[in-house]
Amino acid sequence: MDVVTFIIALGLTASMAIMLARLFAGPTLYDRVLAANSFGTKTVLFLLVFAAIVDRQDAIDIALLYALINFVATIAILKFFRYRSLEIALAQMSLRKALDGEYDE
Amino acid sequence: MPSDLTQYLDYALIAMLLAVGFAIVRLRNLFAVVMLTGVYSLLSAAWFVSLDAVDVAFTEAAVGAGISTVLMLGAMLLTARESEPAGKKRHWAAFAVVAAAGAALFFAIPDMPVYGDPDSPANSYVGMDYMDRTPNEIAVPNVVTAVLASYRGYDTMGETVVVFSAALGVMLLLGFGTGRREEDEEDEL
Repeated sequence: MDVVTFIIALGLTASMAIMLARLFAGPTLYDRVLAANSFGTKTVLFLLVFAAIVDRQDAIDIALLYALINFVATIAILKFFRYRSLEIALAQMSLRKALDGEYDE
Repeated sequence: MPSDLTQYLDYALIAMLLAVGFAIVRLRNLFAVVMLTGVYSLLSAAWFVSLDAVDVAFTEAAVGAGISTVLMLGAMLLTARESEPAGKKRHWAAFAVVAAAGAALFFAIPDMPVYGDPDSPANSYVGMDYMDRTPNEIAVPNVVTAVLASYRGYDTMGETVVVFSAALGVMLLLGFGTGRREEDEEDEL
């Protein structure tokens, strides 16, 4: 392991902590969504750097899974904000809203 | 000495876990709490990776950060957006029980084997046997995967059947979604 990689990991940890502060404080919900999504991205990067530090390739698979899950969770949260429902598919929903003229608030 | 430095990363992860735990208890905004639970399981999965428990981390990431965030949002649809402020009453008896249990756990820590100790019970008896035989018998590089998918293959298949039939039963009882029945009937004509 090299010291440079370790310093990168420490920097990523620090930026995760900053994102956490925004998640705790965040005045609006959108600050929190953005902070949570960014925190997930930082975790993916942290895992990749960690895999380089301990020389375990398994952790790269976990990082890929995180990237996918982070995306799905962010879409679910944003859909919840926009439509107040998780039941109906996104495509149908936007079409119906557009037809009803509710799309532009 | 890689372990000397990576333990500081572990400390940072555990400190963030602690902060997130306190924030989940203190915050009133349930949206923030739902997102923080997702962050909590991301952090704990990252910590599992650093403890070399890659399969546990995989499960934690898929279930904790993925499905349960969406399920919590769905549950929040049915309830309130803000939690009620907690009363001023302090439950001293409950606190005493929790403190005693925590003290007992701390008391038990010195009896645990050191992390990665080759002479610990988990590594010495049947575990060593699996480590010796897996490369010849199964030829899967990860021993945990070999145990789950091959040595215990019938057990894992039985678990999958149980979970599948439970999900099927719930779906048959509750229906496969209500949107179609109420609103799309005129579209079908």
